Amino acid sequence: MPFNERPRDMGTKLNLVIDVALCENCNNCVLAAKDELVGNTFDGYSAPHAPVGEGVVRIERHVRGEGHMVDVTYVPRMCFHCDNAPCVAAGQGAVRKRQDGVVLFDPVLARGRRDLVAACPYGAVVWNEEQQLPQTWFFDAHLLDAGWEVPRSAGVCPTGAIQLRRTDDDAMQREVASRGLRTLLPELALKPRVFYANLDRVDRVFVGGTITARIGPHVEVVPATQVELVRADEVVATCVSDAFGDFKFDGLLPHGGEHQIRARHSEHGEAVCAAAVGAASVFVGELRLSDS
Amino acid sequence: KDASTRYTMITNGGPLFVYVKAGRILRMTPIDFDDKDAASWTIQARGRQFTPRRQATVAPHALAMKSAVYSDKRVLYPMKRVDFDPHGERNPANRGKSAYVRISWNEALDMVAGEIQRQKRVHGPGAMTIAHGSHHQWGNVGYYLSALLRFGNLIGFTRVAANPDSWEGWYWGAMHHWGHSQRVGIAGNYGTVADCLQECEMIVFWSSDPESTNGAYMGFEGTQRRLWAKELGIEFVHIDPHFNPTAQLLGGRWIPIKPTTDPALAQAIMHVWVVEDLYDKAYVDERTTDFDAWRDHLLGKDDGVPKTPEWQAHETGVPAAVVRALARQWAGKKTYLAAGVAGSGFGGAGRGATGAQWARCMVMMMAMQGLGKPGINMGNLQAGTPVDHEFYFPGYADGGISGELQWNGNAVNNYQKMPHVITVNPVRQLIPKQQFPEAILQGKAVGYLWDGLATELQFAPFEYPAPGYSPIHMIYKYGGSFFSTLTQSRRMEEAYRHESIEFVVNQSIWMEGEAQFADLILPACTQFERFDIGEWGSGGGYLQHGFNGLNHRVVALQHQCIEPLGESKSDYEIFSLILQRLGLGAMFTEGCSELDWVKRVFDASDVARHVSWKEFCRKGYFVVPPEKPGLEPAVNFRWFAEGRVKDIAEPQPLPSQWSGEFGKGLQTPSGKFEFLPETLRRGDPDNPERPVLNRYIPAWEGPRAADTAAKFPLQMIATHSRYSFHTNVDGKNSFTNDIQDHRVRVRGHAYWVLRLNSEDAAARGIRHHDLVKVFNDRGAVICAADVSPMVAPGVVKSFEASAEYQPVEINGETVDIGGALNILTSARSQSRSTSSMAPNSCMVEVVVWNEHAVQRKAA
Ligand SMILES: Nc1nc2c(c(=O)[nH]1)N[C@H]1C(S)=C(S)[C@@H](COP(=O)(O)OP(=O)(O)OC[C@H]3O[C@@H](n4cnc5c(=O)[nH]c(N)nc54)[C@H](O)[C@@H]3O)O[C@H]1N2
Ligand SMILES: Nc1nc2c(c(=O)[nH]1)N[C@H]1C(S)=C(S)[C@@H](COP(=O)(O)OP(=O)(O)OC[C@H]3O[C@@H](n4cnc5c(=O)[nH]c(N)nc54)[C@H](O)[C@@H]3O)O[C@H]1N2
Ligand code: SF4
Ligand code: SF4
Ligand code: SF4
Ligand SMILES: [Ca+2]
Ligand SMILES: [Ca+2]
Ligand SMILES: [Mo+4]
Repeated sequence: MPFNERPRDMGTKLNLVIDVALCENCNNCVLAAKDELVGNTFDGYSAPHAPVGEGVVRIERHVRGEGHMVDVTYVPRMCFHCDNAPCVAAGQGAVRKRQDGVVLFDPVLARGRRDLVAACPYGAVVWNEEQQLPQTWFFDAHLLDAGWEVPRSAGVCPTGAIQLRRTDDDAMQREVASRGLRTLLPELALKPRVFYANLDRVDRVFVGGTITARIGPHVEVVPATQVELVRADEVVATCVSDAFGDFKFDGLLPHGGEHQIRARHSEHGEAVCAAAVGAASVFVGELRLSDS
Repeated sequence: KDASTRYTMITNGGPLFVYVKAGRILRMTPIDFDDKDAASWTIQARGRQFTPRRQATVAPHALAMKSAVYSDKRVLYPMKRVDFDPHGERNPANRGKSAYVRISWNEALDMVAGEIQRQKRVHGPGAMTIAHGSHHQWGNVGYYLSALLRFGNLIGFTRVAANPDSWEGWYWGAMHHWGHSQRVGIAGNYGTVADCLQECEMIVFWSSDPESTNGAYMGFEGTQRRLWAKELGIEFVHIDPHFNPTAQLLGGRWIPIKPTTDPALAQAIMHVWVVEDLYDKAYVDERTTDFDAWRDHLLGKDDGVPKTPEWQAHETGVPAAVVRALARQWAGKKTYLAAGVAGSGFGGAGRGATGAQWARCMVMMMAMQGLGKPGINMGNLQAGTPVDHEFYFPGYADGGISGELQWNGNAVNNYQKMPHVITVNPVRQLIPKQQFPEAILQGKAVGYLWDGLATELQFAPFEYPAPGYSPIHMIYKYGGSFFSTLTQSRRMEEAYRHESIEFVVNQSIWMEGEAQFADLILPACTQFERFDIGEWGSGGGYLQHGFNGLNHRVVALQHQCIEPLGESKSDYEIFSLILQRLGLGAMFTEGCSELDWVKRVFDASDVARHVSWKEFCRKGYFVVPPEKPGLEPAVNFRWFAEGRVKDIAEPQPLPSQWSGEFGKGLQTPSGKFEFLPETLRRGDPDNPERPVLNRYIPAWEGPRAADTAAKFPLQMIATHSRYSFHTNVDGKNSFTNDIQDHRVRVRGHAYWVLRLNSEDAAARGIRHHDLVKVFNDRGAVICAADVSPMVAPGVVKSFEASAEYQPVEINGETVDIGGALNILTSARSQSRSTSSMAPNSCMVEVVVWNEHAVQRKAA
């Protein structure tokens, strides 16, 4: 949603969409959560969070690549407000699922319930030693209930990476399908209400390199080279090298095994090299074309 | 609804709404504009319309302010060092060691007032110096260039002459080629946001990380514009030893480079342009001088060394093939060069031994490519929006209440609109800032002036002490940042303990940094505890029209949100109480409270022409309407490129500084862009470290300085901290301590982060988040390692400006666990005949640190 458009009320349930390609690790969302929750009491919602230590919103870093071909993706993490929430089950009344989807740890009933930290498979629960309370990011429900348009994190995010969706579940599912949104650890089937765009940058890998050739007296990088990624003699992807001779096959599943890279340029010849796709992205470095 | 009151505030990181409930700050949020606020501008580019988000965006450090206000490190009452007795033993050698006792305000104020008088009587004018940081909590009244200067002028003080730390390289170098002395050697940004979006095809970020440096004070105002550029398909290149946050967000080709070697890369690019005929010959012929000599140097005709891509490869670590590809791309596309924070100057590369060489190369490259032609300019979309440039509101350097007419912009700005009692400091003695410790320890120092009035002023050395004036015996220190912002900063320990220094008073908000070296600590309050007024992002002075980094100009009442904590007082209040004891109270205040001054500033500004004082106070802020369509500022340098009279409304150069006809040409003697600067030929013709012809001279501390490099093989750069504003909102148990890219908590202590390349880490057995010792002959700092491929091999990158200085002694060795990395940097000036800093020329070694950092204070 563009910045200038106010979120329209299209339903009563709350969801978050986080585009990790737009997260620049500024930590405004992390700090806004601390600003809002540390030192403040919101009756029925939250007791003061701890001033020191990891907060209920945090940023996870994923770096890919080597040499000059690197990229990094930041994943803001918080309570996902799961519809099948194990914390709600374990809470036995201390954790509540609201109609709008929000999962709320009761600041009175949850006192002393250290066990609830482990109940969350996402590690979203922070133990507050001083208050003896398990605490989470509760969607700034106290603010939304009071008429605020968006939670603090969405309000401070400079790139619009975090967006509120106030919509019904069907509409949300349509967006999930059309944009390929994903949740973390879907195999747990907890039905989180926080969805991510562009998670491929986290759990897919790339194979890349730089095409060069000896041209006249110099070794030069070669733009516009046709490059193929081949597996078991089958071409699985093609691309063209850019102005710096760089090529990159992205979005590959990890552990894809042995591949071959074949490069061909009408003037400068051909080159072939092997690339083993394991857990991490591969930068093969220079791939020198030659006529043969 | 929740019984809170919503006030307004402007911080170094942007404007805020501050919600206060029962006398306590509840929260701080960015200001979202409402429908009654002025409209936003729209830029048409390539068939699309771009209108900015209707919010005053804020930097992370603004959102962490609450934790700094309520920090347990606040100084809450006046404190005296236990073994300091102004009438008996002063024990200067114990500074930084002994503890403090609480005293009353009366005792404290008497002590300061008494000491000021004693210094004058016993030693004479100049015996007291005032030393402060370069930034202050936002405002026009409380700012150091305002209230502090007024105070200082009324008692007389030796000025600490700052080096142009932000403009390093540009002031000493680039200015000689293209003028702009009143911008300290960098360019303005007028009209470049529209031009860039409409015409540009590629942006080369060279030592430029605007996602971290936020255009200094502009929050994330530039971010949306750069994302527009990305949508438009403008390509990006990032030349930086660090795959920095801007590169991380925007993508594009990262060209990792060894710090301080940039001039070699630049010359090789220019060499390719010459041999492949890829530069703007007509422009060079008509608008520049002495290109032939520079071309011959690139070709090696003068020294036998052609500056080829192969020549630079070993030096920079950038493969020759990449240099050729970059050179061709650059010449083939309409390219913006982004140097530093807002694209038209600054940059960490300017703060290395080759800083001036680099800045000179940057502008020479643009001269070869037709600077000012459509799509060809300096900038990174961080500045140059179509806001109204004529609407008057003073910036922080425009004088405030200072009464000073020389050392800020008062004479040309605020004083003319808001007459107030003039104040003059009759002490002309200056101490060069980077030699502050030597001035004390050796009793003398020589410096070169930072004064942008004219290019020539930098050539005249000044000496400390000045004839007839007293050397300093009293330090009035304001805050405690020097251990992490001054080079080779452990020098300060000895300086503070020197017997010639009879009295050190520190007016500080927090117990941090150097505060622990004072004899007397006066508790100042934060900006949330006093009144002020300001315009967001507006520096004024040398940062003229700096507000054009914003999408919307915002002027706000900086409301007193809460009562001063403990017994702390506003700086203004402290000054007036001291001056009352000297009979100067009324002279200082003119009978005005801070709020009275705020109203005077308001009345003198153009805001008063749009809204009433009452209305302004009620709403708290005012959004200046954007420039009317058709009246937007012209594009910077377009007039120059087209050989026209200057049509940019910046009041510089001064009328006398045009060598030819008024309004035609640059500030240089020829009025043209000078490849061999005439001002250097005249003023400093035979300086081997700053030659008229800008040849490449490798850094005096760097990989090529063989003996150092053998012992300390890693190059360290410590640049501006993304999550704090220098020391502001770092340390002191503030929220930023828990940001993983800022500090990392190990065994309960929040350590400063040091980034290093995976290979360098592996070679040293260092794993991610291990504690490491970073050291060289100057000292040692314990950091948490951040291991990744995101820094070039051979380089370690960290931030300057840790707020904490915590030396501890472990096994006979003193190490700092606060993160003050400037302990390790050299105090040497970049080049002879300049007063410049080069902290990014620093060789270190890094090893795993296994000792328990027992928090014992160093002896
Ligand atoms: N290694 C390295 N060193 C560098 C740089 C670098 O890139 N690398 N950069 C250099 C540059 S460009 C700069 S600008 C300098 C910055 O260096 P400094 O200006 O020294 O750093 P600041 O943290 O801004 O210092 C401001 C001080 O003023 C105090 N202060 C702020 N507001 C108030 C107030 O309202 N009242 C009182 N009483 N005190 C107040 C703060 O607490 C703090 O101690 O660092 C320079 N040093
Ligand atoms: N959040 C925040 N913003 C700030 C400040 C702050 O303290 N915090 N300080 C403000 C101030 S006072 C100033 S002066 C500006 C400073 O703004 P800049 O001078 O632009 O900032 P730096 O962080 O020093 O440097 C920018 C980039 O230069 C790179 N760099 C360092 N050395 C070299 C080199 O030798 N070669 C190349 N190619 N790149 C190099 C660094 O890795 C970094 O990414 O920032 C302002 N903005
Ligand atoms: S505020 Fe936005 S960009 Fe910043 S860290 Fe959070 S999600 Fe990422
Ligand atoms: S993320 Fe964890 S704490 Fe939040 S609802 Fe799901 S299981 Fe519960
Ligand atoms: S004379 Fe100068 S100041 Fe007066 S109106 Fe004309 S241009 Fe403006
Ligand atoms: Ca106007
Ligand atoms: Ca002036
Ligand atoms: Mo600076």
